[in-house]
Amino acid sequence: MEAKLQSVVQRLQERFPLQVEEFRGEAHVFVQAEHLLHLLEFLKTQEGFEMLSTVTAVDYWPQQQPRFHVIYQLLSLQHNLRLQVRVPVNATEPVLPTITSIYANASWREREVWDMFGIRFQGHPDLRRILMPQDWQGHPLRKDYPLGYEEPQFTFNFEEINQRKPYAKE
Amino acid sequence: MTQIQEMTLDEIRHLVSENAIQGETVVLNMGPQHPSTHGVLRLIVELDGEVIVNAIPDIGFLHTGVEKNMEAKTYQKAEVMTDRLDYLNTMGNNLAYVMAIEKLIDLDVPPRAQAIRVILTELQRIASHLVWIGTSALDLAAMSVFLYAFREREMILDIFEMCSGQRMMTTYFRPGGLWRDVPVEFEDAVRNFVRIFPRRVDEYEALLTKNPLFLDRTVGIGKLTREQALQYGVTGPTLRASGVAWDLRKVSPYMGYEQYDFNIPTHTAGDVYARYLVRVQEMRESLKIVQQALAKLPYGPVRSNNRKYVPPPRSEIGVSMEALIHHFKLWTEGFTPPKGAVYSAVESPRGELGVYLESDGSPKPYRVHWRTPSFDNLQVLPILAKGHLIADLVAIIGSIDIVLGDIDR
Repeated sequence: MEAKLQSVVQRLQERFPLQVEEFRGEAHVFVQAEHLLHLLEFLKTQEGFEMLSTVTAVDYWPQQQPRFHVIYQLLSLQHNLRLQVRVPVNATEPVLPTITSIYANASWREREVWDMFGIRFQGHPDLRRILMPQDWQGHPLRKDYPLGYEEPQFTFNFEEINQRKPYAKE
Repeated sequence: MTQIQEMTLDEIRHLVSENAIQGETVVLNMGPQHPSTHGVLRLIVELDGEVIVNAIPDIGFLHTGVEKNMEAKTYQKAEVMTDRLDYLNTMGNNLAYVMAIEKLIDLDVPPRAQAIRVILTELQRIASHLVWIGTSALDLAAMSVFLYAFREREMILDIFEMCSGQRMMTTYFRPGGLWRDVPVEFEDAVRNFVRIFPRRVDEYEALLTKNPLFLDRTVGIGKLTREQALQYGVTGPTLRASGVAWDLRKVSPYMGYEQYDFNIPTHTAGDVYARYLVRVQEMRESLKIVQQALAKLPYGPVRSNNRKYVPPPRSEIGVSMEALIHHFKLWTEGFTPPKGAVYSAVESPRGELGVYLESDGSPKPYRVHWRTPSFDNLQVLPILAKGHLIADLVAIIGSIDIVLGDIDR
């Protein structure tokens, strides 16, 4: 880990209860949901992380506690540093506070996480699906969501498979 | 098949103003099949006469589930999906993905492979900017630029075909190096392009830069301030046109970009014209990089020697048992990176293209997330469009240079 990043992480550890993991020079900061807003506010105003690169999530199904990690990838232009904040989310109540008041571009990213993982963001101004159709059932990037496949058709079962293929038929 | 869903005003009630509900302003649907939305972008535009009150983008029409599909394939096989994200920046997508894998397994890339990667991604940047200059000028009724720009783009695609066998879906960069070395004609073809291209950029500039009609349509239109750009995570030429000199090739160099001498063009106006100037100058800078990289193109291998991750050369398979076993294992089982998660970003023609890659120690990526620049850049469209005429909306969409394959993934 770079010395500059190390000192940022140290200052965070003094203020917030968090765990830090290091991998290939990157710092991954694990924090509980209740400290998320304060942590990001602090990072943006005091530590100069003025840009949010992305928000995404990972599903660790069948593990339930925590089932998801929501990942906030931050970028500091003035110090040229990147920091990853990870928040564990349980399967029973997948809810996090929205960070749109701190980083405006989180709006669409949070909609994407809701669409793909079914994690709700409390206080989000417009939490609709963004990539999938509005009436879609399920959340595709969850690990228990099947990938889907095409059944191979042969001469003997062509008609039978054609019957249940999901495209518009006359 | 579910029924085609119709959107009613009730569902977007919270997005439009009170005037729209009372019928004082018009809510107009634009797209997804519209010639100047550069793909399948749908906009719900609220209009007061001809003036835009609000423009709400509706995306997802090109969603292909790339992230889910990549989780189901081995690391090597998933790479073909990356070409299909941002189809104007295939080499750049390949680079972002293989760099994430190389970071995950700490793999070295030989200098020759790095230099060829730089040459090809910079050519790709020029090709992408050529499509942008052609189509966005076409939207403003300057038709001839489109024809010239596509002529030069074809030269670049011919070079890609020469190297990878494909014009667009290249999959040429592989973890640890390249698919194979460039053919002997490559250097001459690139040199030929470098020789003629500066005059061609002058030609485009002669048609547009001081053209009063073009200036009328672009100067002062779609202004984005520095603060708004940072707040919305805007990157790439759009950010640099708002006065922030931020380019990942310069601030955190990868693939040996630190050896090359080039500038980051910036402008402070933040309007459509500033974004035009930044991209045109960027084409010239990219050409400088190509020229330098070609002049000192080193000789040597183009693939790493680490046989646990990189397949051995064909010539070795016939004579070495180990090589045969490695080849067999790599193409049946795939390689197994260590457990961990990395985020690696490159500068694509549109901005910061980042890949979040998580491995659970199996031959398939556990999670791949693409931080695509167009996604964040499109989010500022309501800010850019507010208060302008509907005819200017076309110029504004063109100027942020979105690719819908990049947004919807």
